Amino acid sequence: MADKLLVVSSSPHIRTPDTTERLMKNVQYALLPAVVAAALLFGFRALAIILVSVICAVLSELVYQRLTGQEVTVGDGSAAVTGILLALVLPPTVPLWLPAVGAIFAIVMVKQLFGGLGDNFLNPALTARAMLLAAWPALMTSWITPQGVAGATPLVAIVPKTAEATNAAIPSLANLFLGYRAGSLGETSVLALLLGGGYLIWRRVIDWRIPASFIATVGVMAWVFGGARPFTGDPLLHVLSGGLILGAFFMATDYVTSPVTPRGRIIFGIGCGVITMLIRLWGGYPEGVCYSILIMNVATPLIDRFTAPRIFGEVRAK
Amino acid sequence: MPSRVIIPLSQHVGAPCEPLVKVGDAVAVGQKIGDSQSFVSAPVHASVSGKVVAIEPYPGPGGAPVMSIVIESDGQDRVADGIAPRGALASLSADEIKAIIREAGVVGMGGAGFPTHVKIAPPKDKKVDVYIINAAECEPYVTCDHRLMLERPQDIVFGLRALMKAAGVSRGYIGIEDNKPDAIAAMLKAVEREDGITVVALKTKYPQGGEKQLINAVTGRVVPSGGLPADVGVLVSNVGTAVAVADAIKTGMPVIERVVTVTGPIVRSPKNLRVRIGTPFADLIEQCGGLTAPAAKIINGGPMMGIAQPTLEAPVAKGTSCLLALGETDLDAVPARPCIRCARCVDACPIHLMPVWISQYAERGMYDEAAKLNAVDCIECGTCAYVCPSRRPLVEAIRVAKRVALAKRRK
Repeated sequence: MADKLLVVSSSPHIRTPDTTERLMKNVQYALLPAVVAAALLFGFRALAIILVSVICAVLSELVYQRLTGQEVTVGDGSAAVTGILLALVLPPTVPLWLPAVGAIFAIVMVKQLFGGLGDNFLNPALTARAMLLAAWPALMTSWITPQGVAGATPLVAIVPKTAEATNAAIPSLANLFLGYRAGSLGETSVLALLLGGGYLIWRRVIDWRIPASFIATVGVMAWVFGGARPFTGDPLLHVLSGGLILGAFFMATDYVTSPVTPRGRIIFGIGCGVITMLIRLWGGYPEGVCYSILIMNVATPLIDRFTAPRIFGEVRAK
Repeated sequence: MPSRVIIPLSQHVGAPCEPLVKVGDAVAVGQKIGDSQSFVSAPVHASVSGKVVAIEPYPGPGGAPVMSIVIESDGQDRVADGIAPRGALASLSADEIKAIIREAGVVGMGGAGFPTHVKIAPPKDKKVDVYIINAAECEPYVTCDHRLMLERPQDIVFGLRALMKAAGVSRGYIGIEDNKPDAIAAMLKAVEREDGITVVALKTKYPQGGEKQLINAVTGRVVPSGGLPADVGVLVSNVGTAVAVADAIKTGMPVIERVVTVTGPIVRSPKNLRVRIGTPFADLIEQCGGLTAPAAKIINGGPMMGIAQPTLEAPVAKGTSCLLALGETDLDAVPARPCIRCARCVDACPIHLMPVWISQYAERGMYDEAAKLNAVDCIECGTCAYVCPSRRPLVEAIRVAKRVALAKRRK
């Protein structure tokens, strides 16, 4: 009995089986339908882009941590998730060096330089996308439909500000839902994204509050302001188009860059929705999901500060 | 029957006892061997008959050494003079009951160890109208209260009656988690003919047995932050405390024994044992057939709030509800990782604190910031650390912040 010392540590002495690794693995599983959909819709090129992005993300984290003498933590799976997410928000036509540059930027500049996992205040994949869009605007906006036809994203045809200038047709709701439309690799198939997002909510990996409030806000604003006259917009068209579903379930719910309080998450989702619609309807870009999430990322500490839950037994100051 | 017992002179919140015996003295079961002049304190008694062989610091169940009286048993189990029934409850006044409870050394047997005679005498300005018996027993593994409810329901009700009378309270509740239907049935039967005592089935969730959570679940009242149950007119005692009160009145025997759950995946035959106070932990394990694998962790208490023991030398104290033995494979081997702000701790905290920020401030020594986030309200239930996927040492960090803030408040 006495040949081995007993472990003495603070309570609690039992822990949940959930670990960071397991959560990240679950996110990877949840992204699988979107990856498969991307391959089915856009062919092997899609898989190549995803592969390059993931490999570069993981390798750059490994190399950075080796060079700086830190513990190598690529095993936690977070770099791989960033790699997949980045690939999914790129157009299917990009040259393969673009995801490589983006992934290295996301991991080194956005994540590691700010302190690594848990300390980055911006979503790495979205920040990398924003950087690529600013640096290579032509490459980042050359869309094709799954049939290989060059075309604008449906948002251009839906939104009044650009609808008249374009002769692009609005895809049917069914095609929007299944993914038969122009767009980023992983954003087009709403079906695949809902499968993954639903899985994450079911496994309690993500909270329903952010996706629900984000999507609902977009729907309401589309209905009120999206048509030629107030209250004539089509909420479904806006909800199913662009990167909303991908952003709402997989980007806005990033733990590190979203609020920790339940009320804060609602406010965060509404904020994302409002900014998305401001950009879509009246901004200079057709799509606003990416920037809306990044802007709300920055607002997250502020939201957390003002939405602290009322503690049990709190005595309100009179 | 243990051959040797170690009676710590401090098994309660408050002033430690002074020994009333010397090395070499003969003592009998129930004899008072330690007491204090302080109001907030409780005497200790010999739990076996025999000879005092040492009065010295000894490893205590709380992890730190405690001045203790070591008694070598003579195997006779000779009962001390003057241990006799104290008469019918109806014939005793409130003050008489309080005196009996004090002399019997009754303290909170759920683990807190707050002297019961002090609890039932709250300040005059606090009007108390409800007495709750905490029978939630919400920690996993622990079943000693469950056992008591099945075996001694009448004594629990008797003890509650006595406590209610002593505190001048007319309404009594017994709160039990609904995963113990047999205990609820037994208690319902025991209160059938009792006026003013209600058995309440509570939702099974941790930490339902936390005092403030229990009060809220049973009465709907909310104990204010920094306040005591008496602030909302409630007193709470554990099942074991009620039984100890019943014993003290019915037989005159002070607290010399209690029920301890001895369990864990590596205990050969886990049991609830009725053991004498002062029995070394090693004896308990032996009583249960020993261990099936080398012990990696021995815990006094439940897995969520219990105290890990460096050795098996420490004795059972009045507040020892459970001895839990875990093997190597039962320990969580996942290393701590950076916080990813998943907010599970925020969602899980029963007090609605934000463990994520309090712990980070505490880790950086920013105790004032931690205090602003109500670190002192933490009940150290361990739920936040349990759910943390990054295995952050949340409870340790918050505990430090809480101690610092409390120390500052006292100044």
